[in-house]
Amino acid sequence: MRKLHLYLLAFILCLVGLGLAYYKVAVIGLPLSASEQAEVWDVEARVSFRAKPDSAIKVTLPLPLDPPGYSVLDEDFVSADYGLAIEQDNAGRIAHWAKRRAQGKQSLFYRIVLFENAEAAQKPDVAPVYPKIPEYPENLTPVIKGLLDKARQQSADTVSFSQRVIEQLNAAASMPELKLLLKHVNQTRSLAKNMGWILAGARIPSRIVRGLRLQDNKEYSDLEYFLQVYDGQQWRSLNIKDGREGLPPNFMVWQIDDDRVFSIEGAAESSVQYTVARALQETINIAGSRSAERGFHLMEFSLYSLPVHVQNVYKVLLMVPLGALMVVFMRNIIGIRTFGTFMPILIALAFRETELLWGVTLFCLIVGLGLLLRAYVEQLKLLLVPRLAAVLTMVVLLIAGVSIVMHKLGLETGLSVALFPIVIMTMTIERMSLTWEEAGPAEAFKQVSGSLLVAVIGYLAMNISEFQYMFFAFPELLLVVLAIILLLGRYSGYRLTELWRFRAFARHKP
Amino acid sequence: MFGILGRLKQSGVVGMNQRNADFILRYNKRSLYPLVDDKLRTKYLATASGIAVPELYGVIEIQHDVTRFSEMIKDHEDFVIKPAHGSGGSGICVITGRLNSRYRQNNGDLLTEEDIKYHVSNILSGLYSLGGQPDQALIEYRVKFDPLFEAVSYRGVPDIRTIVFRGIPVASMVRLPTRMSDGKANLHQGAVGAGIDMKTGRTTHAIWQNYPIEQHPDTGATISGLVIPHWHKLLTLAAQCHELAGLGYLGVDVVLDRELGPLVLELNARPGLSIQIANRRGMSRLLEKIAKLEKIPASASDRATLGQTLLTPDHL
Repeated sequence: MRKLHLYLLAFILCLVGLGLAYYKVAVIGLPLSASEQAEVWDVEARVSFRAKPDSAIKVTLPLPLDPPGYSVLDEDFVSADYGLAIEQDNAGRIAHWAKRRAQGKQSLFYRIVLFENAEAAQKPDVAPVYPKIPEYPENLTPVIKGLLDKARQQSADTVSFSQRVIEQLNAAASMPELKLLLKHVNQTRSLAKNMGWILAGARIPSRIVRGLRLQDNKEYSDLEYFLQVYDGQQWRSLNIKDGREGLPPNFMVWQIDDDRVFSIEGAAESSVQYTVARALQETINIAGSRSAERGFHLMEFSLYSLPVHVQNVYKVLLMVPLGALMVVFMRNIIGIRTFGTFMPILIALAFRETELLWGVTLFCLIVGLGLLLRAYVEQLKLLLVPRLAAVLTMVVLLIAGVSIVMHKLGLETGLSVALFPIVIMTMTIERMSLTWEEAGPAEAFKQVSGSLLVAVIGYLAMNISEFQYMFFAFPELLLVVLAIILLLGRYSGYRLTELWRFRAFARHKP
Repeated sequence: MFGILGRLKQSGVVGMNQRNADFILRYNKRSLYPLVDDKLRTKYLATASGIAVPELYGVIEIQHDVTRFSEMIKDHEDFVIKPAHGSGGSGICVITGRLNSRYRQNNGDLLTEEDIKYHVSNILSGLYSLGGQPDQALIEYRVKFDPLFEAVSYRGVPDIRTIVFRGIPVASMVRLPTRMSDGKANLHQGAVGAGIDMKTGRTTHAIWQNYPIEQHPDTGATISGLVIPHWHKLLTLAAQCHELAGLGYLGVDVVLDRELGPLVLELNARPGLSIQIANRRGMSRLLEKIAKLEKIPASASDRATLGQTLLTPDHL
């Protein structure tokens, strides 16, 4: 009866936990694991320069505005104490940074997180005004006319006409009659612009598109230029190098038909650097924002709705039951003896900060030194609580000492020793020295290494990033963990170590 | 590995998990634990119901009373100091005699009064108690154990541990101190455990550190074949303790005093499982059988007899 009750309870807990998780996956669309997440691009523009003394600094940087084919998930500026103003008009957006005085090297950052989204609303193309034929310089007029005529003969429509023009301009170096034009035109920065200027001679509307190819771990020192021509219905993109049509895949448009460029006043050695990287973590936000769009409110009550620093606390906290499950398993199924029931979990939590190898080393160091000091204090015949307090004080001093020595040696990870739970360490030292006295060093080492083993296994289990993600995105899975713990609570079979303990039976019985 | 598992099952060995889940959790009410965890209460209860225990010389309950220590023991040449809430034999100090103004401990060390008072202070502050709560120190009669065990003990008092389930003694072993156990009679501290045939009270196999042995590791004397005197009386005494504490699954530690006969030393609500190795016999089948019994004899003597006969092959 009692067993049935337990099985039923465990079954219901599993059902509720897994059911809720299934609902979240199937209906809301939460990804099941971190690797299933969609691509997110992290694009960063870094402006660096050396400030000139005694002159005000003004930095202007064009910013992307709703790039077609992408949704903007996040955007931020890192600009220290610079004044920041963002200006937006029909042409695009611009960031203005300003500071009255600065010294030495300075860096300003703009970061945008993009999610590839084909559905992202595209602005309908507005038919442009057909340009007037510009007034070309007298010496160039015949050359341009000839070029356009030639292109007209070899083409059928606007796009192919523009392609011929681009091809001719790119091949201009080998044609003597175009050399003069080339001299006028050939500056990469304005090549695209001059192409538009020449095409205007045939009354073809054109504009310049600037942007970045999104590739993981790429750096660019400038935006890439493309020419767009209007064929009567829509804008067609053309490569200014070879006239090929279409934008490259993963091309993120930064500016459209916007002449403003990065500029800076009051500084030297200025440069702008664009960095592209692929990121994954933020995708859960996509599901969140999407579910809100679709009218599910469950996500609003999830852990993701908490402030970020509280979220981080829960990311750790939600792993603790898994650690507890490991302790139950190691103690009741394997039969490893530890100091204190859940002391290994606390040590494991400390390992998260110190990293495993350092954690174990520092743990051994502190406990070893603590035992020596405890042995000394033993001679003074102190009462229990004052003695514990004395050992605690010494443990704190030890930890501080270890931090300082590690820092001087340049081992920065050693500093994280401060995160060890000192009270737990003190109790461990006290109990270990008692066990040492009463049951001998062998038993004491057995128990301390048992504790350490369980802590390491607990740490490894708690540090599996898939689990971290799963329990954070689906906290209801803890009900399943609870069910397993409950079932283990009624396990009355042998422990693994008991097979060894009772081995005499295996040998002597028939 | 599965071979061992199978043979353990076949031998009916009770594992730690089964002991906890099927016997301790089911038959031992938590509220009764203080009766056995507190040796002082056990002693009062036992005295009240006429169960023989070592005489209590005095109790030190607060730090201030430590000064009264020498007054308490002024009439006694030898005595034992133990914590009321000690577990696993920790914190027990046996004084076998005096030399000049010092006290001789059972391991031969000479202690000053200062040393003993420090030990008592440690007991009072809860060093040896479960969970570290403040404790009391008991000073009591030192058992002069039966010469029967002289050859197989090394400085200390051998005792007889009996598992009593629903008032029926199911298994016994004698625990012999060794040099390793420092005169203590706890198996995990290095004492020798020798199984006892329930019917005859004769020692059978012995284990030491979970290894089967024939001779005592320190004295070299053969352990098996010793016949324990007053065997039925001893089992009856153990069975009586069931009523005393009301615990269904109980470990009773009895010592044989050379003049006073069997004395109950302490009770244990979570007795260990090594007794099975010492007897080379698993308890599981016997325990399950007793669990199914509908009628248990009312008198302790009858229960002791039942315990002695239940094990015969035709009963199994």
